[in-house]
Amino acid sequence: MEKIKKTKFQRYEIRFSGSGGQGLITAAVIFAQAVGVYDGKFVCQTQSYGPEARGGKSKAEVVVSNGPIDYPKALDIDMLLAMNQAACDAYFFDLKPNGLLVADSNLVEQYPTSRVVAIPFTEIAREEIGREMVANMVALGAVGALSGQVSLENLEKTLLERVPVGTHDMNKLALQRGIEEAGKVNLQSLPRELMSDDEEL
Amino acid sequence: MFEQKTARQLLQGNEAIAHGALAAGCRLFAGYPITPASEISELLSVLLPGVDGTFIQMEDEIASIGAIIGASLAGVKSLTATSGPGFSLMMENLGFACVAEVPIVIVNVMRGGPSTGLPTSPSQGDVQMARWGTHGDHPVVVLAVSSVMDCFSITVTAFNIAEKYRVPVIILSDEVVAHTRECVSLPAQEDIKVIDRIKPSVPPEWYKPYAGDNRGVPSMVAFGDGYRHHVTGLIHDEKGYPTQNSREVDAFVRRLTRKITLGFHEIMMTQGYLLEDAEVAVIAYGSVSRSAKSAVEDARDHGVKAGLLQLITLFPFPRSQVVPLLKGCRAILVPEMNLGQISREVQRVNQTACRVVKYNRVDGQFITPSEIYEELIKM
Amino acid sequence: MVISAQELRHRYLRYDKSFPHVWCPGCGNGIVMGGLLRAISRLGLEKDEVVLASGIGCSGRMPTYLDFNTLHTTHGRALTFATGVKLAKPSLNVIAIMGDGDATAIGGNHLIHAARRNLNLTAIIINNSIYGMTGGQYSPTTPFGSISATSTYGHIEHAFSIAELVVTAGASFAARATVYHGELMSRLIEQAILKRGFAVVEVISNCHVQYGRKNKLGNAVDMLNGFKDNCVTVNRAAKMTAEELEGKTTIGVLTDREMPISTVEYQKVRERAKKEQE
Repeated sequence: MEKIKKTKFQRYEIRFSGSGGQGLITAAVIFAQAVGVYDGKFVCQTQSYGPEARGGKSKAEVVVSNGPIDYPKALDIDMLLAMNQAACDAYFFDLKPNGLLVADSNLVEQYPTSRVVAIPFTEIAREEIGREMVANMVALGAVGALSGQVSLENLEKTLLERVPVGTHDMNKLALQRGIEEAGKVNLQSLPRELMSDDEEL
Repeated sequence: MFEQKTARQLLQGNEAIAHGALAAGCRLFAGYPITPASEISELLSVLLPGVDGTFIQMEDEIASIGAIIGASLAGVKSLTATSGPGFSLMMENLGFACVAEVPIVIVNVMRGGPSTGLPTSPSQGDVQMARWGTHGDHPVVVLAVSSVMDCFSITVTAFNIAEKYRVPVIILSDEVVAHTRECVSLPAQEDIKVIDRIKPSVPPEWYKPYAGDNRGVPSMVAFGDGYRHHVTGLIHDEKGYPTQNSREVDAFVRRLTRKITLGFHEIMMTQGYLLEDAEVAVIAYGSVSRSAKSAVEDARDHGVKAGLLQLITLFPFPRSQVVPLLKGCRAILVPEMNLGQISREVQRVNQTACRVVKYNRVDGQFITPSEIYEELIKM
Repeated sequence: MVISAQELRHRYLRYDKSFPHVWCPGCGNGIVMGGLLRAISRLGLEKDEVVLASGIGCSGRMPTYLDFNTLHTTHGRALTFATGVKLAKPSLNVIAIMGDGDATAIGGNHLIHAARRNLNLTAIIINNSIYGMTGGQYSPTTPFGSISATSTYGHIEHAFSIAELVVTAGASFAARATVYHGELMSRLIEQAILKRGFAVVEVISNCHVQYGRKNKLGNAVDMLNGFKDNCVTVNRAAKMTAEELEGKTTIGVLTDREMPISTVEYQKVRERAKKEQE
């Protein structure tokens, strides 16, 4: 019987959510690969699987840590990417009080928190890049930059490995636009955190 | 020659099983599509032809296990992968592999049952079925995987045990392990220990295909090697011919089980965590052992002397690791995604006054660390 | 080269412990076994290169008696095991021996898929229209109206025509003979073994103990005479009307066609895979 000593590690959890077909699992896998393979951190990536992944709500999660990860799924979310209202409503419940909601401002109208960064991912993809399909990559750029968990060079490198050769320029541009939009956000200006129930006003 | 990719890579549990099989020398896969096991066959359909192996999709799971038994008898290490409904169909030929002592590996990625059940939700409901699913007294080895790296290394181990003991080995995975992606660096092929079946040291006319050596395991030849012999699902004598002679039958049935008993200490694998001074312990396996590890850490942070025994081998049941815990701990918690299929085993070997507490979920949801923690601090 | 019955026995039967056999006196299985051995002998196949796989039932015991690489599998599954053996070692001559219930009831799915898949396998299906070993229950080839242990008042289902079934399912070669037509049967088995692709020989056989007795068809000799009277060759059948053919059994080669074999095709897959993985 092997024996292992106890050590405690940090976790950072991101949930990518939207509707099936928006490419959220792809985005999460790229993020996980960049963090795990190239940044050398510990990472677990999971997803909702089966009928609900095709149309309707869909989610994919990435847990990043500086040590081995026991529980592979998200428990307390540090960042929630919501690419539509239904997903935002369904998957917001376990966002940490100081967690951050990153929402597609074209498709999410009501924000359940004031710690929100709203960026028109779909509009950027459609109007500037010409393909609505790459909204997930615009969002991935923003999530990458806002989370501070991944080297943005590695994120781009992984992206180019994972997407078809003919679409490199388009995807690269999408990712960069997301990073750029995220750069305009001043996270310090957002409310510090949401107050928990037992905190007095 | 097959080269294992050793660079760090992001893999799903199911993909790691496919890589593990190749590393173990598996060169034939026969399967039938089923969620959540399909990725194993999809990846092997890509990789096997590249290493002169064979992939085939059969008409059902009965045919799949039949084909891998045939292939193994012809000398090729073989794998099939399925989930509960397909595993149910395999029970008939699983018994054949037990009685004809054919080394094969079966992966069962468990999903909620019974019947069609919950196709995409995790479960651990097939544990006792893996042990006792086919009829008659029979030996079988059941291993549980909990991480992507496990999926690779335990698949290699499964093939090694199958070959060494001429026994079917069942790998129980579940939907969580199967679809979680983690980063792994797979070992180089030369660093992987691969065991092959033992060939006879006698000429064909002296060969007895079902005479056990001192470990109770007969040597094995492939069809076409010049050692013509008979393979049957009937109870047979040392030559392989059907027999109803009660002395021969008794000796045969007992040898089947004895060969596993004799190898128990090698086959039995567990992993202990913070057990030295533990007053309460969790016994868990598969994906749930991951949650249990977190829960044990949380309990320690709150002053509870908790520990974890992770079972990798489920059957033969690792009683020699469990019994000391039952003696040394005040209480044992067994969290499972079923109604208590391993806690039943823990109770069975519990000869002391130790309290065995069950924690069960059968709603298709993964057990979280906090659920286990809540149970732990109550003990 | 003609081989005597004694030479045949000495060369191919297992002399150690497999006898007495389980078949009833007069059973057609022995004729099929003889026909198979003569075919193998004529082809000059090495015993080490032959794999015989069988299922469960009276026919399933045949490999036990024969000195080849033999595999007595579970009920209906002979073709699945045979598929694995063939894929693992394509150089082996793999022959599956099945009964009618074995091949077309419990193993029906495997049979049609083996035909469709077209591996280079030989299947011999001994059709005696009944489950003999279990006591004479009706099988998928029991004729309409027949009496069996489970159709005491007359059978109300219709019988499969096995050879036609596998033709439709895509077999490369399909033929039929009876145990009365022993020489033809042996020649057809020889052709089937030589055939590159999935080849089936259906052999109509007698179970006078179960089927014959219940349906008042007499002893083994009477039943064989019945086969003699009731059969027409494929060539003759082609010139007969549907009315004339009513109730007759056609014997001979039903289909013999060239189709891609999956082991050969898979070799191409391997080459494509290697090219892409470079």
